[in-house]
Amino acid sequence: MSELHTLGLAALAEGLAARRFSSLELAETLLARARAHAGLNAFLHFDEAAAAEATRAAARASDARRAAGQALGPLDGLLIAHKDVFVTTDFPTTAASRMLVGAQGPYRSPFDATVVERLQAAGTVSLGKLNCDEFAMGGANEHSAFGAAKNPWDRARIPGGSSGGSAVAVAARLLPAATGTDTGGSVRQPAALCGVTGLKPTYGRCSRHGMIAFASSLDQAGVLARSAADCALLIDTMAGFDPLDSTSAEFAGTEPNRPGLIGAQLAARRAAVADPARPLAGLRIGLPKEFFGEGLAADVRAAVQQGLAQLQALGATLVDVSLPRTELAIPVYYIIAPAEASSNLSRYDGVRYGHRAEGAKDLLELYRKSRSEGFGAEVKRRIMIGTYVLSHGYYDAYYLQAQKLRRMIADDFQAAFQACDLIAGPVTPTVARPLGGGSDPVTEYLADIFTLPASLAGLPGMSVPTGFGAGGPLGLPVGLQLIGNVWQEATLLHTAEAFQQATDFHLRTPEGY
Amino acid sequence: MALTPHDVQRIAMLARLDLSPAESDTMLTQLNGFFDIVERMRAVDTTGVEPLHTPLSAVQDVALRLREDVVSVPPSEAAREANQRSAPALADGLFLVPRVIE
Repeated sequence: MSELHTLGLAALAEGLAARRFSSLELAETLLARARAHAGLNAFLHFDEAAAAEATRAAARASDARRAAGQALGPLDGLLIAHKDVFVTTDFPTTAASRMLVGAQGPYRSPFDATVVERLQAAGTVSLGKLNCDEFAMGGANEHSAFGAAKNPWDRARIPGGSSGGSAVAVAARLLPAATGTDTGGSVRQPAALCGVTGLKPTYGRCSRHGMIAFASSLDQAGVLARSAADCALLIDTMAGFDPLDSTSAEFAGTEPNRPGLIGAQLAARRAAVADPARPLAGLRIGLPKEFFGEGLAADVRAAVQQGLAQLQALGATLVDVSLPRTELAIPVYYIIAPAEASSNLSRYDGVRYGHRAEGAKDLLELYRKSRSEGFGAEVKRRIMIGTYVLSHGYYDAYYLQAQKLRRMIADDFQAAFQACDLIAGPVTPTVARPLGGGSDPVTEYLADIFTLPASLAGLPGMSVPTGFGAGGPLGLPVGLQLIGNVWQEATLLHTAEAFQQATDFHLRTPEGY
Repeated sequence: MALTPHDVQRIAMLARLDLSPAESDTMLTQLNGFFDIVERMRAVDTTGVEPLHTPLSAVQDVALRLREDVVSVPPSEAAREANQRSAPALADGLFLVPRVIE
């Protein structure tokens, strides 16, 4: 069936269940599409025959289960792929860095990340690993050691980062859905710039075991798909307490943090809708005035306001709120994240895995040469910032001060949530910029202003397609950001689902895909 | 307070990075640009504010969870091989490094 790539997760699940096509047919269709659109650079390590064979073997196994009447559930046989920061046994893992490519080739993990393991246990079939910014550091996917991924709405533009390959693959209909990770906005930003739906859950909701660490108090696994309903299917399986991750939450509010919880809460919300024409009746949506000030491009502002009007038409009430420390989120984040990164990345020393420099005479030289050759410029920059702010005499002035301000930023959200159930605003200040157009790192950091506050506070956030701004043959996608209080993923997903039942922005496809 | 070329060299040494002269120059300019925006953060009065090291602790009690200090995966040749298959240099199941003691 040649149109399989046009279907989302839920439609594909229905087709597999009805035996209209097999998982292997789906895998072959998508392998061929990935190959045909290799120029987008969405996949890494893709050309290996062994990788394609691993995909086919998993698809055949799913088909055999289904033929025997033993399908594992709604995800069995569905094709997805993982951001290259999740370690996998079937595919190499490099975090898009040369540091993880040694003399033996790309790093091969002896185990699967918990998120990957849970999705595999549910029967999903992986098509491979997706491009990203090196060690997930960046907002454009231009910092991959294997080249930038291209935005399918306009190949001359960035897809956003760091989960850029995931967003490109979903937007170009190479995959129905993909995993990503979000440290300071890395699921929401590429989702917004590529016109797909992305969810970053509450910190602690998904296990970080086997997710290559960037900034441990911020990193969280997320999903990118064509719709909120499809995001819900995946996150419901990925989520849940994991004893192997010491930051994994045992409880999501009063309920044990377990797979299936978000799905159950979402089903309850759907069932509670009294008037289908006004599914969001009673929902209060807060609009922080700091999200709509100067620096927000006119086309993005117009599309976001159109989205807000739609939410209102669905019954929601819009209320004004304030997040007064929004601007401080940039320095606070860019102190805390590099500090944690400099510590996490100290494990890359050329001894046990990864790149080793030739000819080092002693151990110190081995460390320095291996790291200098293996890491890219953005990673080195962040290691330098992190090392400095943690060094003797500067800790209190920078790192400790940032952690105190982080508390104030989190408190601002809790104060805002007294007046509203969720918060809405833009995801990015502009539509996707041209590739290679980044002027300097600081300007690039400033573009994260709308996503960083929720990350620092550990809150769940979504990006939902809400229209198009200027540029590209069809206009460039704009994302509407929805931020919930902790453990409120079901509220976010229900709101986004209602929005997508009333709009078709998430169904638009870039030309040629 | 602007960083000097000497600071950049010192930080690079602590970070176990070798920077070429050109990389050091670029890094100096970029780090100073970055710390300009950080100054706004340093000016805020945070007297009496508790640092927030992990975000969930802003809204609920979070206890650090440690596992028992016991071997959880039985040692085996196969596990060792899997763990060492990406190693740059090995001999007799050990990681090789340059000579440490003369």
